Amino acid sequence: MTPKLLSGNAAAAWGARLAGVDYIPAFPITPQTEIIETLGSWIDSGDMPGRMVTLESEHSMLTAAGAAAATGVRVFSATSSQGLLYAMEMLYTVAGWRAPFVLVNVSRGLSAPITLEADHNDILAARDSGFLQLHCADCQEVLDSVLLAYRLAEDPAIRLPVLVNLDGFYLSFTREPVDLPDEEAVSRFLPPFDAGEIRFSASAPQSQAVAVLGGGPYSYFRYETHLAACNGVAVYEQIAAEFASTFGRERGALEQYRCDDAELVFYMVGSFATKAREAVDRLRDAGQKVGLVRPRLLRPFPLGPVEEALKGKQAVIVIDQNLSMGQGGILHTELLAALYGKPGAPPVVTSFIGGLGGRDISAEEFYHMVTVTRQAIASGTVPPPRLLYTAGELREIRKLQAVAMVERQETAPARGTAAGKEAAHD
Amino acid sequence: MTEQRFKRMKDLPSTHLLGTGTPMCSGCGGLEALHQIYDVLGDKTVFVNAAGCMTLLSVYPFTPFRGSWLYTAMASAPAGAQGVRDALDILAQQGRMPAQDDLGVVVLTGDGSAYGMGLSATSAAMDRNLDFIYICYDNEGYGNTGQQASSATPHAALTATSGGSRGYPGYKKDLFGIWAAHRPAYVATVIGSEPLDLARKIEKAREMKGSRMIIALAPCPTGWDYDPKDSVEVGRLAVKTGVWPLKEYIDGKVVHTRVPRERAPVEDYLQLQGRFGHLFAPQKNTALLEEIQARVDTYWAGVEPQRPAS
Ligand SMILES: Cc1ncc(C[n+]2csc(CCOP(=O)(O)OP(=O)(O)O)c2C)c(N)n1
Ligand code: SF4
Ligand SMILES: [Mg+2]
Repeated sequence: MTPKLLSGNAAAAWGARLAGVDYIPAFPITPQTEIIETLGSWIDSGDMPGRMVTLESEHSMLTAAGAAAATGVRVFSATSSQGLLYAMEMLYTVAGWRAPFVLVNVSRGLSAPITLEADHNDILAARDSGFLQLHCADCQEVLDSVLLAYRLAEDPAIRLPVLVNLDGFYLSFTREPVDLPDEEAVSRFLPPFDAGEIRFSASAPQSQAVAVLGGGPYSYFRYETHLAACNGVAVYEQIAAEFASTFGRERGALEQYRCDDAELVFYMVGSFATKAREAVDRLRDAGQKVGLVRPRLLRPFPLGPVEEALKGKQAVIVIDQNLSMGQGGILHTELLAALYGKPGAPPVVTSFIGGLGGRDISAEEFYHMVTVTRQAIASGTVPPPRLLYTAGELREIRKLQAVAMVERQETAPARGTAAGKEAAHD
Repeated sequence: MTEQRFKRMKDLPSTHLLGTGTPMCSGCGGLEALHQIYDVLGDKTVFVNAAGCMTLLSVYPFTPFRGSWLYTAMASAPAGAQGVRDALDILAQQGRMPAQDDLGVVVLTGDGSAYGMGLSATSAAMDRNLDFIYICYDNEGYGNTGQQASSATPHAALTATSGGSRGYPGYKKDLFGIWAAHRPAYVATVIGSEPLDLARKIEKAREMKGSRMIIALAPCPTGWDYDPKDSVEVGRLAVKTGVWPLKEYIDGKVVHTRVPRERAPVEDYLQLQGRFGHLFAPQKNTALLEEIQARVDTYWAGVEPQRPAS
């Protein structure tokens, strides 16, 4: 089949269309809006069955999504950034309902300051919600991941909602050649959703999401959800194998790029990993044994595969496109927790924060991270987390600050006088 | 319309659907109304509930409902109803659910949700003409958290967050008016102490399509501070004094279904309740009582003399 040029957003919409979704609660937000607009136009033109309803907020959108999935239909929705956080109460809630559906998040940095461009603090804020998470690096993977996500969500050993993440702008609005899988093959891979007995029906009354009294039952249900999420590692590998044999594309829990003999590996998620691949190639050209490990599956955390992939490496270079204030990179923290005390775990794990608010990560920076990490291996001292930020960028922000200062002085002379008076009183 | 299904008290349903032994307080006016409402709606219902006292009706593994139940969150029960309604419609349309398995979708929330946190979700549900019934049991405060003032709290009432000598400084929000401004299929006020009026309205709502919105004043012995045995009396006085007008909105018109011929003074209603105790002791606050009376009088002065519907 000839590939079609599709943006990441269009690929997400195609994923939903091919999955034969019944119901799409929606709410607009940049850079996601194109997904729901595309689906809406297909429904309007009759190219796709299904029903779309625009809610008045993402909080309501997630409530409707969870409620419809709990009633037994296949549900798709999409959001981004502020929208995902606005819905946060319901992310936890519908995961607790064990409502299986797919939510696409188009990553965008969180306010404040408000921005439109990508980083991963939005999706990682949902890390502990009970939603499983798939992270995409290119547009083909977006489409594929939506299909994989439905299999994962609806698996009887799991029954949890799944988030599929793609980066705003870098993927949402970037067109790439995407193979549209054959509809018939998709329906073999992904048969219609069978809610079994977990749905609302007059002849079989049911209470869902009821209260519990006390920590005993609460702990029981929470831990059950955790165990169901954990089942996701094995189930995902099995689904991915089936996917590979049906569609010919490898979609394992981890992408491992030139890792076999690598001494150092980059570890990161999302679209900037394609830049890391490029950097790995250049570094390999220069004789450096470097590779890339990129989790596609981030929840459940693919502990076994990560441990296996990193065993015996000299160092891991973790690039976090997120920032946990007062701690550092979230992937870094998680990886250290996963590797600590494991036989053969890499002795050096360095941490870099990059790509916040869509800031680029340059090839030179990838090389630089390798240099810093090699120094750490040699000295045995691991440097603290470091923000990827150039002197040039700092100069630019200083210029903006200077302009802001001039503007303030020009437009508010009175304030200068007041400050002067205060100083005189001192 | 089979409005006439309930002509007299003896026409009211004699089988009662809601189970007993719930953790609601004794004398709970919200539960009183819910009992009656459920008997009229029947068990082919799914209640979509928001956080509040009634959330504790279904505590694992028990439920007093013969039908279904979904607890959502404080702000978004109407959106939950949207999801359930749409999913049921989709299943029916696709032939995946026999018609007799269909359910009436009923939102059940307190006033804190209805008047406040959930108002935007409710407004949007009416914008979409969602086919559902909304039951707000209005105990005039955040009852579940200890009766703090909500925007349904009446002027001068003492609550956990308005304990000064003048009580709650705000005025009860006109949710009936706000809902009616959306022009939904039906809006009505009811109260458990007027079972015939309640049953007629719920029956009317049951037979309609679209958004059908019910506010039940819910005398609350715990939050309003009166003896639980007086719940029915407090409810009756709310109607007799004209504090709680029984009315309905339908086809663009508001009709009062009970117009008290001679309204009892509001004092009769207020003095039964500890939350208004500061109006009567240590000395009578005549000015404030007169203000409250005047507001009720002004309301009724604006009501056209009507022949109550049947
Ligand atoms: C988002 C959120 N904020 C606060 C609460 C705490 N809370 C639970 S019930 C409740 C009061 C609800 O008041 P109302 O809707 O009037 O119902 P009532 O308790 O009076 O039955 C509150 C504030 C909550 N559950 N969710
Ligand atoms: S606090 Fe009031 S509304 Fe809540 S259960 Fe008790 S009596 Fe009923
Ligand atoms: Mg209340």
